[in-house]
Amino acid sequence: MSGMLGNLALGFGAALSPLNLLYAFFGALVGTLIGVLPGLGPIATIAMLLPVSYGLEPLTALIMLAGIFYGAQYGGSTTAILVNIPGESSSVVTCLDGYALARKGRAGPALGIAALSSLFAGFVATFIIALFGPVLAEWALKFGPAEYFSLMVLGLVAAVVLAHGSLLKAVAMVVLGLLLGLIGTDVNSGTMRFTFDLYALSDGIDFVVVAMGLFGFAEIISNLEQTSERQILAPKIQGVLPTWDDFRQCWKAVLRGTALGSFLGILPGGGATLSSFAAYTLEKKVARDPSRFGEGAIEGVAGPEAANNAGAQTSFIPLLTLGIPSNAVMALMLGAMTIHGITPGPQVMSEQPVLFWGMIASMLIGNLMLVLLNLPLISIWVRLLSVPYRLLYPAILLLCGIGIYSIKGNSFDVFLAAGFGLLGYVFRKLDCEPAPLLLGLILGPMMEEYLRRAMLLSQGNAAVFFTRPISLAMLLAAAVLLLLIVVPAVRTNREKAFQG
Amino acid sequence: MKRVNPDLWAGLIFIVTGGAAVVLSRSYEMGTAARMGPAYFPTVLGLLLVLLGLMVAVRSFWQAGGEAPRFHFRPLLLILGSVVLFGVLLERLGLIPTTILTVVLSRWASREFKGKEVAILVAVLSLLAAGLFVYGLSLPLRLWPELWRY
Repeated sequence: MSGMLGNLALGFGAALSPLNLLYAFFGALVGTLIGVLPGLGPIATIAMLLPVSYGLEPLTALIMLAGIFYGAQYGGSTTAILVNIPGESSSVVTCLDGYALARKGRAGPALGIAALSSLFAGFVATFIIALFGPVLAEWALKFGPAEYFSLMVLGLVAAVVLAHGSLLKAVAMVVLGLLLGLIGTDVNSGTMRFTFDLYALSDGIDFVVVAMGLFGFAEIISNLEQTSERQILAPKIQGVLPTWDDFRQCWKAVLRGTALGSFLGILPGGGATLSSFAAYTLEKKVARDPSRFGEGAIEGVAGPEAANNAGAQTSFIPLLTLGIPSNAVMALMLGAMTIHGITPGPQVMSEQPVLFWGMIASMLIGNLMLVLLNLPLISIWVRLLSVPYRLLYPAILLLCGIGIYSIKGNSFDVFLAAGFGLLGYVFRKLDCEPAPLLLGLILGPMMEEYLRRAMLLSQGNAAVFFTRPISLAMLLAAAVLLLLIVVPAVRTNREKAFQG
Repeated sequence: MKRVNPDLWAGLIFIVTGGAAVVLSRSYEMGTAARMGPAYFPTVLGLLLVLLGLMVAVRSFWQAGGEAPRFHFRPLLLILGSVVLFGVLLERLGLIPTTILTVVLSRWASREFKGKEVAILVAVLSLLAAGLFVYGLSLPLRLWPELWRY
């Protein structure tokens, strides 16, 4: 415990430097902005701002990018409550009771409760990372290549099970992503794979290119299909402070949401969206009078809001301690760390304690900033909603273009991203979610490397994955997850949960 | 028009890409399970993708899939066209002329096109791009075509 406090002190020392504070603020600001604006998600934004981070110190860069991610959760809830448009997928359930409250003239308290529950959950989740991160990292140091391979299989399976839509197609998207990840020079033999003699492909396809194509450009095209510009009438807000009654009514929901979100965030494939759905279901189950839900129950805002922020935060645990991203945003964070010369994994904590603890401390700071940023400035954020999309998308397109070009100073990547934009649009039309592909793309080369090493050590005997207990446990967990989804009862529940 | 199940198309895409990976891998060294060559993992993945694609495609015949996809070609072509145009022009014309042309072309993708509004947007975005990326972050980008320097 005292070790943790010492570590946190070290982290705060780094995170409280003026430059880091500035970038934490900038990240939180941009995150809130994209959270408020529908049609622009955290994946495209983090990819877009990666070039901005090249010149920064690694810690500063990661603080900014993490700020965008959890800032988006805050901003997404604002629009969910005020205008019934979830800015992010993690705030879909907040619409249900949040907007009902707003129609009753209680938009202010709903926003206040959402922000304060998120703040509380963010604090708790940060301490959970500080407490369990080191334990997990120590455990992970014992992992051999077989364990890592099985862990990635489990992570990918879990990500797929929790994705929207068809399971089979999501698995196929992961495999397609893994294959795309193999494009380029094979590190073991020097063979150029799938490069079609193009020199520009010899280093492989950059994940930023894929992310901007699949999420940036494809999203613009889909958004432009909507024929009419949306008309938004935001309700007037008087005072964001909730009453004592509100607090009394929802503090238990906040605690439950925080606990649930923290747990689900750690699971591979989990994260903010799943957590918020689960918390809403839980609140409805434990409520004495479930019929109030959907009609403006304040617990229906507090629980999911606490859960999505806790889940967003704890989903950093598998990334920081095992080096395995549990969702597409974390996959981007992994890419960002690699760009800055950091290999995510259990060794980060021991070799770069300032980076690890500085990032954790910055999450506490960032959460506090977000509340200060969101509540007093709420009317400004609402006004942003009236910016028409026709002014927004050319700016997004331009920023993406410059961002892609500046990765390598190479136009080829821009053309490639246009290709992925087409692919992303087609996949959207065919009901194939692109997020698993991005996860596969980043894990592809790592998975191949661990598979090779494990098989080399076992002299070609695949039984190694089943005889080592930790590896076996992970593969069994993956198998159970896959089986569960085939069982009809779970399947209907899953479909219900995603209908939001 | 006949209704086409999106799953059938998705399945076909997976089969074709998986098959291509297997075929292309044949020119690389396979190796053994203990010493995997560069062809080993992609071949396994390619076969898996073909299998998954087959399952998706076959299932589409008796499982009522979603609605037949409707493609909107105007935004598709204009947006991807502007991205490609950006890539083609950036090194030749420099950042500012490229920004102007790209923004104008991409604005056609939307139904509402007001000349004055587009002009202001173009001006703001050009200044922003030059200010933020060239002066602010000092990315090595040219602002104007080469000739203008002399």
